[in-house]
Amino acid sequence: MSRTSGTSTGAGQTPALAIAMFAPAVLFIALLVGVPFVLAVLYAFSDARIGTSGFHLVGLENFRSILQSPSFRKALRNSVVFTLCAQVIVILCSNVLAMALEKPFRGRGLVRFLILLPWVAPVSLGTIGWKWILDSIYSVITWVLVALHIYRPYSAPMWLGEPHLAMASVILVHCWRLIPFSAVIMLAGRSAIPREIPEAAAIDGAGFWRTLFQINIPMMTPILSVAVLFGIIFTFTDMTVVYILTAGGPFDSTQTLPSLAFATGIAGSDLAAGAAISLFLVPVLVGVAYLMLRVAHRAEVV
Amino acid sequence: MERATLRKIGARSLHVLVLAFFIVALAFPFFWMVVATFKQNIDLYTVENNPFLFNLPPTLEHLRFLFGETRFVRWLGNTALVGVLVVAITLLLAVPAAYALARLAGRWGERLGIAIFLTYLIPPTLLFIPLSRVVAILGLQDSIFSVVLVYPSMTIPFSIWLLMGFFKSIPRELEDAAMVDGLTRFQAFLRMVVPISVSGILTVVIFAFTLVTQEFVYALTFISPERNQMVGVGIPIYLVRGDVYYWGSLMAACLVASLPIAVIYNLFLDRFIAGFTVGSIK
Repeated sequence: MSRTSGTSTGAGQTPALAIAMFAPAVLFIALLVGVPFVLAVLYAFSDARIGTSGFHLVGLENFRSILQSPSFRKALRNSVVFTLCAQVIVILCSNVLAMALEKPFRGRGLVRFLILLPWVAPVSLGTIGWKWILDSIYSVITWVLVALHIYRPYSAPMWLGEPHLAMASVILVHCWRLIPFSAVIMLAGRSAIPREIPEAAAIDGAGFWRTLFQINIPMMTPILSVAVLFGIIFTFTDMTVVYILTAGGPFDSTQTLPSLAFATGIAGSDLAAGAAISLFLVPVLVGVAYLMLRVAHRAEVV
Repeated sequence: MERATLRKIGARSLHVLVLAFFIVALAFPFFWMVVATFKQNIDLYTVENNPFLFNLPPTLEHLRFLFGETRFVRWLGNTALVGVLVVAITLLLAVPAAYALARLAGRWGERLGIAIFLTYLIPPTLLFIPLSRVVAILGLQDSIFSVVLVYPSMTIPFSIWLLMGFFKSIPRELEDAAMVDGLTRFQAFLRMVVPISVSGILTVVIFAFTLVTQEFVYALTFISPERNQMVGVGIPIYLVRGDVYYWGSLMAACLVASLPIAVIYNLFLDRFIAGFTVGSIK
């Protein structure tokens, strides 16, 4: 609607004013996103370190050394595993949750608030809560398992101290954080489906599963992809959960690309190697951006 | 008839069960913060005690310690100050830009709008290494002004996106009429469009402020002195002395800092979500 009237004013009417109004914002973003991005690429091919001011270009040296490092390979693998596992769990759970939240019931506002807490509270603080729940000695999960006689006292595993359990914990906390966000997006998508369509299907004798697979899921594909694409970005590029929960340990078993980039580039002062590691995020970002544009474009055409 | 009633009861109990499961799974960490906040240390650290019960009377000691003997209040103040400044910078740059892209630049503006939205997808973990040096060169290292400078680069793109949608929904006859009455386009924007866009602008205010409270990576990278911390970094990093976790006051801090943010964010969530869905719902 607004699109047709948008073209009627055209670009030529008040271009000077338009440029004056959006130039400051564009300039700001160019300086604080564009320039650092170019610098990140430059650093990745250089020998920049914290404490020295200049740097020399060294070609592919950084990439050669990080590709040979076992920590990097672990981090790359973990990042992919974390992201994929988290997305599968989040999509399944958030769909169920969205269906449950869709029906009106008493106390819905309070329920919604409680369910949204993981997303709306600062992520570093929520993760600290999990660190306490998963504590090596005072874990409430351990206490319950001991009380149920599944483990003898003091013999329960350390949730964050063993590689596989630590990985599972990191994935779980990511899911915990993303499920509310994803569920709200799904809810918005479901409420956009015209009520007559599922009703008509029900009259024609379509059951729950048939309605789900032939009406709800196809109609929700665009919104589903938006939730997945944001989920991928939020998980793949996040370092807060890993940094607070395990700091990448034990023995790099939960290290991800962002947390390794921080450990190498900032904590370890090797800006060049850190920048090279974080550049491995770019292909995924480009892929997501491309798919996001396709989703937006398709939605406009329909 | 009987079967139908049974089915209905079954569906209802399934509904309640699903909701109960998610409430427990998602809200439990916050419930657990409340419990730890008011428990005496001996109770917290006696492994044999049932952690779900108050085996000793509740205490306000952790809250007293948090507010009296840590820099928690200072961190809250830092965060609030940064929040206000970032909101101001965001509004100053994003409101005119969004208007220009929504109205003045036509189809070309739409493309630029999408490009700006895409910069929102660029994460801090890609830029924090070069930015740490930019911040050092500008002499802002260890100062809260490092994040005041950098955070708007995260808030502006999404704010422009949200506001563009908002401005497009305002009928352009409004400004046309004002311009017939002799106002310039910019005056019409300031006097006619901005006042009726208060709710859209408020959404951006909340979005920018909550982002400031939620961000972790840049604050961790740029600021080291304890007294200059933002609340999201100060609590997890500086409330821990060496290897000793003061769990009671740590949980109290998480609770006190999260709840107000959670309440405000919750009120505006639907509008943010509308922005996230990138026009994939009509």
